[in-house]
Amino acid sequence: MIIDLGWNIIFGLLGLAFILTVFRLIHGPRLPDRVVSLDLITAEIIAVISVAAIRANQPAFLDVAIILALISFLGTVAFAYYIEQRV
Amino acid sequence: MISIVVLILAFLGAFLVFLASVGILRMPDLFLRMSATAKAGTLGVGLMLFAAILHFQDFVITSRALAIIVFLFLTAPVAAHMIARAAYFDGTPLWAGTVRDDLKYHYQIATHTLDSQAHPAEETPAITVVEGDDFTEEG
Repeated sequence: MIIDLGWNIIFGLLGLAFILTVFRLIHGPRLPDRVVSLDLITAEIIAVISVAAIRANQPAFLDVAIILALISFLGTVAFAYYIEQRV
Repeated sequence: MISIVVLILAFLGAFLVFLASVGILRMPDLFLRMSATAKAGTLGVGLMLFAAILHFQDFVITSRALAIIVFLFLTAPVAAHMIARAAYFDGTPLWAGTVRDDLKYHYQIATHTLDSQAHPAEETPAITVVEGDDFTEEG
């Protein structure tokens, strides 16, 4: 009972974090701000995936987190390369 | 009993991720925003994966989650450094309350290398700081 309430609070905190980060993604004045917020959104998705794996008792979800971490790093490095070449 | 520990670890992780998003929203400057997200976000995700390790308690899943944690802790500083370097070349304005800029006149804008010795302003072209949104200039 109290444990279910705790997991609901965790999902609520992660949803609030999504909303605040998407606000920076839309509003953020320059291109590097948007890249940083996309990176944080990927980290939040990995957090949600691990919480969902615990709640659904389904460890296969963690494979998605591995692929997402790889793609996030490659995407950030590519964005940084092209922002630097733009100057 | 173990479910209480898992819940506490996951709550700490979710709170740290939430703090990272508050930091990216409220900090005045790109570099301060990155210092909030790179540290708090990585530690929060690591704590949540550690909660998953404690919940499943299986060798295969433990090694898989540890691989994700090690990969995140290795790549997050590299990605943050590359983005900060690119943003400094791009002319991202610093916060008005910044005390000192250690990189001023050290980066060579022509060769994109870092020089250990500072050059005076007339020798090297300074990095031009552009205010505002960068989507407005090119459309």
